[in-house]
Amino acid sequence: MQRGQPAAVSTPRDVPAGRRRVLLSGLLLGAGAAGAVDEIVFHQLLHWHHFYDRASGAAGLVSDGLLHAATWSATVAGLALLADVRRRGTWSPATWWGAVLLGAGAFQTWDGLVHHKLLRLHQVRYGVDLTGYDVLWTGAGLLVGLAGVLLVLRGRRA
Amino acid sequence: MTSLVWVVAVAAVAAYLVAAGQRPWPVARTASWLAGVGCAVAALTVPAAGHSGGSAHPDLRAHMAAHLLLGMVAPVFLALARPVTLTLRALPVTAARRVGRLLRTPPVRVLTDPVVATAVNVAGLWLLYGTGLLTAVLHSPSLHLLVSGHVLLTGWLATTAVLALEPTAHRRGVVVRAVALAGGMAAHDVLAKTLYAFPPAGVTGAEAGARLMYDGGTVVHLVVAGLLWRQWYRSRASVRAAALA
Repeated sequence: MQRGQPAAVSTPRDVPAGRRRVLLSGLLLGAGAAGAVDEIVFHQLLHWHHFYDRASGAAGLVSDGLLHAATWSATVAGLALLADVRRRGTWSPATWWGAVLLGAGAFQTWDGLVHHKLLRLHQVRYGVDLTGYDVLWTGAGLLVGLAGVLLVLRGRRA
Repeated sequence: MTSLVWVVAVAAVAAYLVAAGQRPWPVARTASWLAGVGCAVAALTVPAAGHSGGSAHPDLRAHMAAHLLLGMVAPVFLALARPVTLTLRALPVTAARRVGRLLRTPPVRVLTDPVVATAVNVAGLWLLYGTGLLTAVLHSPSLHLLVSGHVLLTGWLATTAVLALEPTAHRRGVVVRAVALAGGMAAHDVLAKTLYAFPPAGVTGAEAGARLMYDGGTVVHLVVAGLLWRQWYRSRASVRAAALA
């Protein structure tokens, strides 16, 4: 991040570098925001998820802790990078929003497939038939991610 | 025990004030030092803090509130006060050179690396809460004081290393420091959840205590992450890069 750039920085060669930073900022914020929404809405407001699900054992404790730390750290880093791209003037709304959606979708899909189904850490909801919830949860992730990819591609043409 | 805490605290404040008073030194750093010492003293002397000794079933929530103050809040204030930088400026040249050489010796260089310092801090916590040490600490005031000193010092070391606040031989980049901080936060979270799931024997309020550790830890870690990235945003290298872009 702190590479000492030579004087002739504003050559076309460096446009992709600025764009990479816009993408990185969006991805970090998207994944972080999806994690925060998951935590606030489903844990705190709806109480569908639990602080600790007794069935999931040690793997659940570790993955929850890791994910919590990773998403919040990503949010702060994403905000700092966002401030920097705004300052540099390399800000591109389509690319950034696309990256946010892609980050959020990727997080949601990963959460739905790996955490809920593969590792069986915890479920979307308890005491109900899960099929509809699972399809919605993971499907929403895929759709949001796809929308993100389309936006990012549009941002590249712009 | 309480009088020992007060003696150390008064000495720390007096030494800092004398050193800062002799040169131009930001008032904010002095205020930060006072706040840090104040937090540590409060954590160690307020009787509700769960280290009263004799009680048969100590309350983990009270203990955790005190430890949050001692191991996380106080270290952030103390680190921001940059006591090592002040010491180097206050000492006569030859003595300052000697301290500078000490800071460059291999053991100090290893210990002040953000990854190592964070690992040391977290390992101490796991040792305290993951073994029978907690029960022993809750029943022995002198052991409690010893462990508290360790918690405070390693917390200060980790915060100082992550924020790269003091002159060290080589500085790690912002990404390494942010990842070290996130790793420490993850280990802290996992430990808090483990305490919630498997409460230590002989304490009350374990679930509330574990929640407090988890939520309080999140808030302080986010504050440190915010300070770290603000520092990066304002650093000369990124300001220059932005101006040229």
